[in-house]
Amino acid sequence: MPTKNKIDRSKLMSVLWEIQRKKRCIDHDDISKVAQEFDMSRMELEGVVTFYHFFHRTDCGKFTVYLNDCIVSQFSGREKIQKVFEKATGVKVGHVSEDKMFGLFKSPCIGLSDQEPACLINFQPFTNLTPERVTIIIGQLKEGKKPSEICDIPKSTIHYTPPKNKTVFFKPYTFFSSLTHLENHLPEEIINLVKESKLAGRGGAFFPTGLKWQFCRQNKSDTKYIICNADEGEPGTFKDRVLLEEHPELLIEGMIFAAYAVGANCGSIYLRAEYRYLVGKLEALLDHYRKKGYLGKGIKAKVPFDFDMYIHLGAGAYICGEETALIHSMEGKRGEPGTKEYFPVEKGFKGKPTIVNNVETLCAVPRIFEMGVDKWLQLGTEKTPGTKLLSVSGDCENKGLFEIEWGMNMQVFLKLIGAKHPKMIQFSGPSGDCLSEVDFNRNISGEDLSCGGSVMVFNDKRDLMYILKSYSNFFVEESCGICVPCRTGNFLLNKKIDKLLLGHAEKKDLDDIIEWSKIIKITSRCGLGQMSSNSLNDAIQKFPEIFERSLSENTDFNKAFNLDHAIEEYDKIINEMTSDYE
Amino acid sequence: MNKMVNLRLDGKTIKAESGKNLVDVAKENGIYIPTLCYFRELNPLGTCRICTVKLNGKHTTGCTVKVADGMEVEVNTPELLDNRKAIIEMLYAEGNHFCPTCEKSGNCDMQNLAYDMGLTVTRYPHVFSDKIVDFNPKRMIMDSNRCILCKRCVEEIKTKAGKDVFSFVHRGIKTRVHIDYEQEDKLSESEALHAMNICPVGAILVKGMIHEQPFGDRKYDLLGKNIIPKLHNNQVRKNENEKFIVATTSLAGCFGCHMSLLDIDTDILDIIEIVEFNKSPLTDIKNFTKQCHIGLIEGGCANSENVHVLQEFRKKCDILVAFGECAIMGGIPAMRNFVPLQECLEEAYLNGVTTEIGANVVPGHEDIPKLLNNVYPCNEVVKIDYYIPGCPPNAHHIWKVVKSILLGEEFSITHDEFKYD
Repeated sequence: MPTKNKIDRSKLMSVLWEIQRKKRCIDHDDISKVAQEFDMSRMELEGVVTFYHFFHRTDCGKFTVYLNDCIVSQFSGREKIQKVFEKATGVKVGHVSEDKMFGLFKSPCIGLSDQEPACLINFQPFTNLTPERVTIIIGQLKEGKKPSEICDIPKSTIHYTPPKNKTVFFKPYTFFSSLTHLENHLPEEIINLVKESKLAGRGGAFFPTGLKWQFCRQNKSDTKYIICNADEGEPGTFKDRVLLEEHPELLIEGMIFAAYAVGANCGSIYLRAEYRYLVGKLEALLDHYRKKGYLGKGIKAKVPFDFDMYIHLGAGAYICGEETALIHSMEGKRGEPGTKEYFPVEKGFKGKPTIVNNVETLCAVPRIFEMGVDKWLQLGTEKTPGTKLLSVSGDCENKGLFEIEWGMNMQVFLKLIGAKHPKMIQFSGPSGDCLSEVDFNRNISGEDLSCGGSVMVFNDKRDLMYILKSYSNFFVEESCGICVPCRTGNFLLNKKIDKLLLGHAEKKDLDDIIEWSKIIKITSRCGLGQMSSNSLNDAIQKFPEIFERSLSENTDFNKAFNLDHAIEEYDKIINEMTSDYE
Repeated sequence: MNKMVNLRLDGKTIKAESGKNLVDVAKENGIYIPTLCYFRELNPLGTCRICTVKLNGKHTTGCTVKVADGMEVEVNTPELLDNRKAIIEMLYAEGNHFCPTCEKSGNCDMQNLAYDMGLTVTRYPHVFSDKIVDFNPKRMIMDSNRCILCKRCVEEIKTKAGKDVFSFVHRGIKTRVHIDYEQEDKLSESEALHAMNICPVGAILVKGMIHEQPFGDRKYDLLGKNIIPKLHNNQVRKNENEKFIVATTSLAGCFGCHMSLLDIDTDILDIIEIVEFNKSPLTDIKNFTKQCHIGLIEGGCANSENVHVLQEFRKKCDILVAFGECAIMGGIPAMRNFVPLQECLEEAYLNGVTTEIGANVVPGHEDIPKLLNNVYPCNEVVKIDYYIPGCPPNAHHIWKVVKSILLGEEFSITHDEFKYD
């Protein structure tokens, strides 16, 4: 009989991180050793390690540089910065220098879109890079400075909050102040109040939070878990980073509320590895809460309860923002999404009822209690009360964070962010909506135009096809690979975009794109595949002129096949073999 | 026993035990939901996505649904049927499925599903990615070319100590199933055979235990024998005084398909009543002398001459038919797509065991056609109108298709005529 699950595999990721940090790679011997410790087969562990792009099987250099590969970064001059990095370190992107000093890699959005070009060096952030600055940084590292000594703590660029009495998130907060509400309410009452507030999942799915808590409460179990999803990976999003920098106490208290409401005694923050530099601060704060008796045993409430939490570090996989994938990742497995046979509130982390909430959702909870549900309901719109945090980047004057009241008109918003000749707005990231002029009169609200948090602005000089190609590259890279429509479908769509870019496409290719996207959408296992072709199809709808320009009439010959190109290699080989030096 | 519930399947109201798996419930009620990864009711994998159905208006996989009261399920809508076919096509395009060389051909679940769906060609271009065949395990061979990543082996095959033998490694398009050598060694003979048997394709083989079964005796050869193809009312095209003109060619193929053309024996006499051959190896006419009604293409494109000939056929023939695996997906010649061209040439002309000692010449002359970097299926070079699978296709199958196209008849191919090998 299988004797599995005796060993707690949820510690696996942190063990792997320890090795990766110290040895700069997880090599053959490490795999053998760790596999034995955790009673796994070597290959199973290999599968876990190779799933996450921040775990390296070969040495990734004493200083590992991750350049942002997001489209916003590319448009703010990443190419130039990359060249300077390559020159200063002497290695090309994707490689490690011979002396194992520097490793240079690209990584999908690192959550610094408002301060591009940016990079992470040993997970310390460096923002607003210039060629001169890069040369200096590399020089300092060579002299023996530590990245943590010379890095930039990313400035919170909060550009706008509503009038004072309407701001929810970004205003001063007195620690522990809203936790007093726990003493006046039973858990069920807390759930009812959250339900009344119509708070819904701010990661972008907008599932009613109160309802989720209620389901979890109803499932009887000795152990329940609260997980905060701080794995914001949607390109262009950084709202959770700013919240974690500015108001981590709101998050902790939100989780305490959730724990009390559903009857959970253990919690964790699944923090994306890109935000590792926040770990120290967060841990210190958790300690502070423990000391004050707000975490640990016997937390003061109408029904006193036990609850503690820890930080779980991701290792680079966009898919882990999907809640079931996130849970698998926490369990020390590959971050593959589940079959949706059960919801996490039924069988989640370690098979126990589990709540997974976004940072913004949890941070809103103490604020709602602080201001009172009635006042909260007066803000925003009928369906989406309150305010929303939007991460703004791209071609606009004010790159940074905006806290807006739900219901704001797009025109007003565009003026607020100082958009310059906006042609296309990417709303909710590449898996969201592609907006054109026709949408600029709509309202940002649950009734009309909902948003998870990412707003990328592109002006009329930007090449739309290039942007779509970048999105597609992202999805090909980040697909977990468990189902064929997403794994290969996205790859095939990517090839079609190539055809468009190279002018080989015919009208039939556009029909193919639309048909294939639909198949991928319908049959994919999780949100990644279901949403990955959204912007491509939106763009076809909204910017038909750009597509028509690169399409030709249907013919009987495939233009993508080029005979000269196909025989080039042969010519070269024969040439080499037949020529001599005489 | 759980209580009985009512649900609607494709408009039919049925009674079933609450909580039972939808795929099984449908089967009991005469509605077939095709599956590939599903093999036991516990812990459905939901990886292959073929059983995608519409449940209360939303798409989901049938194998992960437990029936409940009032469910409204759509199984066989045109859209869902096409989605299923599309997924099989995508699996064919993604992997390197050379049915004629596969030990599991005829016993392969995926092949059988493709037969059922009448799949002649994939709508997607073949990816031809380089995948390894791992011979290192003591008892097994893991051929990633054929693996469809259904996860059956990963979930099912464990050692006595409960450790995984097969695991997913890497991510996205690079995801593969690898074998853990140490754990594989601990499997018993019957456990190893079990692994081979639960693999729905030919990715897992046990060395020395691969039984070659003759054609006709394999698991899926006999299936479908009882299926009577739907007959259509023939609609004969108007008689013309002139005969139909047919051209044929063999590109990068073995001429086996042309041999099969001749297997029609004396029926050829009927055919030449209505057909006249133009450019074809059968007539030895080297150049087109007139526009043809139909062109039959054997083999894919491996060199520059193949491409020229194919393009000429496209221009000179109103309808192009690709026949045989090589023309449709590259076939055996396309196996070189995973080896760099330089290595191919060196192996063939310099280092191969049959190479004459001291002969160190790779032939290169302007009169010799140039090899392409890859072998291309015909439809990736020109538009192809019809496909006849098989290696080679059965003679009657070929002529039935040709005749029906020429006469404008609707036709059906019987299940047992339809083969990829």
